[in-house]
Amino acid sequence: MSPNTEIKREPAREPEAPTFTLSQIGGGRLSLKATGNWTLSQIKSVDQRLKYELESFEMADVDYDLSGVNEIDTAGAYVLSRAIKCTSGKCYAWTLMNQDKGQSMLLTAAADARMGQLPDRGRMWYDVLDRIGRATHRFWNELYDTLAFLGHFFIIFMKQLLNPSKFRWKSVTAMTEEVGLNAAPIIMVLSFFIGAVIAYMGANLLASFGAQIFMVELVGFSVLREFAVLITAIMLAGRSDSAFTAQIGAMRMRQEIDAMTVIGMETYETLVIPRALACLIAAPLLTFLAMLSGLFGGMMVAWLGPTDISPILFFARMQESVSMQHFWVGMIKAPFFGLIIAIVGCRQGLAVTGSVDSLGARTTASVVQAIFAVITIDAMFAMLFLKLGL
Amino acid sequence: MDFALDLSAPPIEARGILTQFGPNVIHENLDFRVNRGEIVGLVGGSGTGKSVLLNTLLGLKEPEGGVVRYFGQDRRVLEPKLRQHLNNQIGVLFQGGALFSSLTVRENIMVPLREHTDLPLKLMRELADMKIHMVGLPITAATLYPSDLSGGMKKRAGLARALALDPSLLYLDEPTAGLDPIGASAFDQLILGLREAMDLTVIMVTHDLDSLFTICDRIAVLVDKHIAINDSLPKVMAFKHPWVETYFGGPRARAAQNTGAGKTQTTGSREG
Repeated sequence: MSPNTEIKREPAREPEAPTFTLSQIGGGRLSLKATGNWTLSQIKSVDQRLKYELESFEMADVDYDLSGVNEIDTAGAYVLSRAIKCTSGKCYAWTLMNQDKGQSMLLTAAADARMGQLPDRGRMWYDVLDRIGRATHRFWNELYDTLAFLGHFFIIFMKQLLNPSKFRWKSVTAMTEEVGLNAAPIIMVLSFFIGAVIAYMGANLLASFGAQIFMVELVGFSVLREFAVLITAIMLAGRSDSAFTAQIGAMRMRQEIDAMTVIGMETYETLVIPRALACLIAAPLLTFLAMLSGLFGGMMVAWLGPTDISPILFFARMQESVSMQHFWVGMIKAPFFGLIIAIVGCRQGLAVTGSVDSLGARTTASVVQAIFAVITIDAMFAMLFLKLGL
Repeated sequence: MDFALDLSAPPIEARGILTQFGPNVIHENLDFRVNRGEIVGLVGGSGTGKSVLLNTLLGLKEPEGGVVRYFGQDRRVLEPKLRQHLNNQIGVLFQGGALFSSLTVRENIMVPLREHTDLPLKLMRELADMKIHMVGLPITAATLYPSDLSGGMKKRAGLARALALDPSLLYLDEPTAGLDPIGASAFDQLILGLREAMDLTVIMVTHDLDSLFTICDRIAVLVDKHIAINDSLPKVMAFKHPWVETYFGGPRARAAQNTGAGKTQTTGSREG
């Protein structure tokens, strides 16, 4: 088609509904005469009918007469091509009676496409078993990979410890600010409320047998041993762990990680260790802040609430009855939590593949696994301390 | 449908386009017209605003001045339904394919069909498979995800999605960039074939001299903030402008010209 020839087109008008007539002509041929607009927006009305009517013909070859067709597009051609019978990669012959080049090309394309079609495979009953099997397999793989990652991390980490100048301190500092300092306000606020809620509930409950003063112990034990460090860990998992996965995952998608490997930078050294160190430093500090604000929250409720325990009394009693060991029980868990959060985040980030979907799935998995790991480790610590009598 | 576009009007006619970012003027008094059935190559140096022009023509960006008419219609004044009808006449192949990564190739092609038609699902699937076949992908690609495809396959899949609604106007943003010479020239031939079969008007932004020489009917040159010339290849090559002369006078252009002069399939002159 030369660009400069003016093409005669019908002026804009209402599209006509497509119609067809099928008839048998001599020599076992089928004649298909069509009129109207065979376009995407129109074919819905004829598709099923054509399919149905074709079933009653046993013809092999098809003669198309499309001289009455105003307009045809690929969808229309496809529907018309249903008349061409295809069996295992071979189609019967067809001819276009009116010699229209465009129509002929469209029909050829449609007939070719029908030939190469895959047989439709519906859902099978055993698909369920298949999926369960895959999920189980994935679960074990995931566990294995996480442990392998942990091992690999410790090897690199130990190597770096022998040569501390290789640590990327600038990166560690920046990460610590992001993970620690920037998270401090929200963690303190949350911990304050938790402390206050425990104090309030304790006060109500203990007042019923006149032992309100024990709320000090309640707040002290629960905040120091469990709540401060758990709030910190869960916030880190929600805030930093997901950020790690997203950062590293995006780098993976843009091939930045591949580029680093080619340049000769060790991924663990540059990405994982700084994040792990940052969490290792930030988690105990944040836990300490959370403890302070949790106790403060408890104290405020004790003082201003119905129990009317003055701050001086509160702290005097706390010093007397809540020993230092509870502080250390809470504190010792913080670095473990920080480390596992960083490692889960980085591992999931590195596991991202090319698609956007996998980034989302990995970020979700990362947060879920991190919180799961935190609670599990916490339970293990609880059993350990029970045996030790702490 | 109570409306049909006058498809004989020029698919695109831009007049007096003014584009600026702050004080930075990108296009000034830019006129651009594409006739029906043409393949127009849009060339210009890096940073001359080819992509911005493409976005303006696509309606992704409002120009600061001037008007773009599609098939004689100003898109901005059309009522939503007609505007949608107009948009369905336009298919775009973005540079990287821009396939939705969470969907398979077949589902990607079905997205426009699902949005804008009420066909039965099975027919949509069949039509998507037909498009996959038309762009030269193996039918097994239908169930693959974009991340499993090579660069060339992504472009073909993107093209299949652009063609899903049988548009009459097709934009191609660097269709052959990143393809090997054989793949690039096969893609060129594919565009030519599709133009014939589907009665397309094609606008392609390209730096591929082979494409310009073998398949473009006209070449529009974007220099000095406007389309300096929009004409057939010999006239563009004879155009007196330093940038145009350098562009078409370089060794690569001469090599491409020699191989592409007879409008034959070229493979040899696209070395890196």
